[in-house]
Amino acid sequence: MTKSKHFLEKYGILLAFIILFAIMAFMRPRTFLTVNNQLNIIRQVSINGIMAIGMTFVIITGGIDLSVGSMLAYASIVACSFAHPGEYPLYIPILVALGIGAVLGCVNGTIVAKGKVAPFIATLGMMTVARGLTQLFNGGRPINNLSDEFNFIGGGSLAGIPLPVIIFGCIILFGWFLLHHTRFGRYVYAIGGNETTAKVSGINVNKIYIQVYTLMGLLSALSGIVLSARVETATVIAGTGYELDAIAAVIIGGTSASGGKGTIFGTIIGVLIMGVLSNGLDLIGVSSYYQQIIKGIIIVGAVLLDKKK
Amino acid sequence: MSEICLEMKDITKEYPGVKALKGVQFKLKKGTVHALMGENGAGKSTLMKILCGMETPNSGQIILGGNEVSIPDVRTGIKNGISMIHQELSPVLEMSVAENIFLGREIIKKISRKVDHKSMNQQAQELLKEQVGIELNPALKMKNLSVAQMQMVEIVKAISQDANIIIMDEPTSSITENEVEKLFALIRKLTSQGKSIIYISHKMEEIFQISDEITVFRDGQYIGTDLSSNLDDRALIKMMVGRELNEIYPKEEVPITDILLETSSLSKEGKFKDISFSLRKGEILGFAGLVGAGRTELVEAIFGFKPADSGDILINNKKVNIKSPQDGIKNKIAFISEDRKQVGLNLIASIKDNITLANMKSYCIGGIAINHSCERRLSAEYAKKLNVKMSSIDMAVGKLSGGNQQKVILAKWISCDPDIIILDEPTRGIDVGAKAEIYKIMVELAREGKAIIMITSEMPEAIGMSDRIVVLSNGKMTGVFDRNEFDQEKIMLCASGVNKEEIS
Repeated sequence: MTKSKHFLEKYGILLAFIILFAIMAFMRPRTFLTVNNQLNIIRQVSINGIMAIGMTFVIITGGIDLSVGSMLAYASIVACSFAHPGEYPLYIPILVALGIGAVLGCVNGTIVAKGKVAPFIATLGMMTVARGLTQLFNGGRPINNLSDEFNFIGGGSLAGIPLPVIIFGCIILFGWFLLHHTRFGRYVYAIGGNETTAKVSGINVNKIYIQVYTLMGLLSALSGIVLSARVETATVIAGTGYELDAIAAVIIGGTSASGGKGTIFGTIIGVLIMGVLSNGLDLIGVSSYYQQIIKGIIIVGAVLLDKKK
Repeated sequence: MSEICLEMKDITKEYPGVKALKGVQFKLKKGTVHALMGENGAGKSTLMKILCGMETPNSGQIILGGNEVSIPDVRTGIKNGISMIHQELSPVLEMSVAENIFLGREIIKKISRKVDHKSMNQQAQELLKEQVGIELNPALKMKNLSVAQMQMVEIVKAISQDANIIIMDEPTSSITENEVEKLFALIRKLTSQGKSIIYISHKMEEIFQISDEITVFRDGQYIGTDLSSNLDDRALIKMMVGRELNEIYPKEEVPITDILLETSSLSKEGKFKDISFSLRKGEILGFAGLVGAGRTELVEAIFGFKPADSGDILINNKKVNIKSPQDGIKNKIAFISEDRKQVGLNLIASIKDNITLANMKSYCIGGIAINHSCERRLSAEYAKKLNVKMSSIDMAVGKLSGGNQQKVILAKWISCDPDIIILDEPTRGIDVGAKAEIYKIMVELAREGKAIIMITSEMPEAIGMSDRIVVLSNGKMTGVFDRNEFDQEKIMLCASGVNKEEIS
């Protein structure tokens, strides 16, 4: 293999991001390049970003999770019912949300691991069930009137950095450490690469599946908290279609849809590409219809490029 | 007997690195059953794949009914009247019997151009009744049929395609005795109609029952053809194994000490029954037998990958409960499987990641965080120790040759410091040089006092490397041979189902 080809394979996705960024900067230098807009992009992507980190683990095991948007909605609507001003301390709604996310994710993982149901089907079921639970809760009405402390999670800043960005940053560090520097992360790759080999090597494959889907549930719930705190309400349709954004970011970031390969770094770039694309195209004035077409082409194009390698 | 309907001359076939056929010949007479025999890898299947058009030979002639033909693909094969009934039948399970028989040649209604299911069903029913004498609803979905019924449907399909030569690859491997009788009756009927059958099987008894002539291959070479009536078990086995033990094995006498592993009446439904043997430290215990004798299933049970139904496993005289690979590893057993690609390796991962996978904990700080420098250093050491040819330990294992892949698996398991090492066909599909290296590693391990189980279908390897050989046939132990009793023919007889005590 030549050096340049090796470089492209490793950093091609970063190069694509830089080119995209340059195009946007060139076309809208005065609006796109401002500090404010850049912070805005990162804040916008943090909700998808948190989920995409979890989705990276899921897809590396060779699976997929379609239920993240619904888990987000259910976790956030229940949590918000504990987040009215003066009722409970802030940690209660947060723990409630995370608890729900963990339980739903664990159910997904158990069905995939023990029930041997294809992840696509298992999480498709959960997607519908969790959305139904969300609509049942509070009779389909949104929950408003949230405490200021709760809203601060989505709208506040620390040292000038929006809190959602800080949370996303922490999750990136956590995900990076977990995937690339722990035994658990290595097992995730091993299962996605060859499940039988993993089993024969003494890995408790079922346990890893359950842990991965539970992590996904937890991170979906966390983005639910950030989202509802950002928009200061929890609605029954929150998170609809978010699974596709998360999957798209992971795939664009070079994670193999058939499992066994992928990095947190790639996923971050994938998330940023999605964010810069929406933001830049908005600024240029491209209608959202065209935006959808462009995004779709980019997702499939990324996979085609990956196959070529 | 009758005229020759097929002649294959000087057929050679080379795959990268292997000569599968070295100028072999084969003659088939019209209206006869001709058995092809030989050990695994002898070249039978390759020759048959060439005949039916699945493979093209590098050189040689195929003469059908006096004319030379070339058969570049399966369609041409069928056109020339050659059909193959594969060992693993692959009908379209969701389609009906009739649709399967007429697959690709559906009967079309004249005016509407729609598939004429009615006449297809009717014709299928007639064919089934007349040709093979079974009553079967042709509208039934294929998935509702037994294996034997599917086989009949495949045969009917072949007949309906005007096949004159039908190749049957291990047709009795998954049908009952009763069904075998029916199949044989059908074969006799087909030959009386002037059709010829090429019959591949490992089962000695069947071969003598059904075949008129037998051709034997060995190591890709034609050994000979004779009338079945001129041959018996022993003569046939002699033709099959008849090579001299001229390869040099680096076998060394090392001290064989205490019993480490014992099994008592280990059984698994339909796989193996009542297996009791013992294994000592420093010993290399060979397991011989035919494919499907239950050897792989037995060692998978001992390791815990697919546990046994009943019986005990004892290690150091203590009963152990091994229900999963985790248990196997805990009991210091290593399992190097036959199937490198599906079971042994994660091909897209690096050499390093493959070597350390089964023993990850020892490369982690507090069992959690990977100590990368320690992992790199040790995995490189193991790779070097086993002489894996690589540019770096970060290379994907999928890019290595078979021999180097096998060394990576060995490195992986040796790094776990096992006491018992199970090697299932350790040298299958790897080149001579790497083979010799793997034998050396085995001797080295035995010298260190490890106990080694080696499954092999290659007789010279079994005889060359083992201290004792256990022979399995149809899931049962038929003999145990000490090194001073090793005898190719006797071992082969046991493998074909004869008990050692019965051999004079």
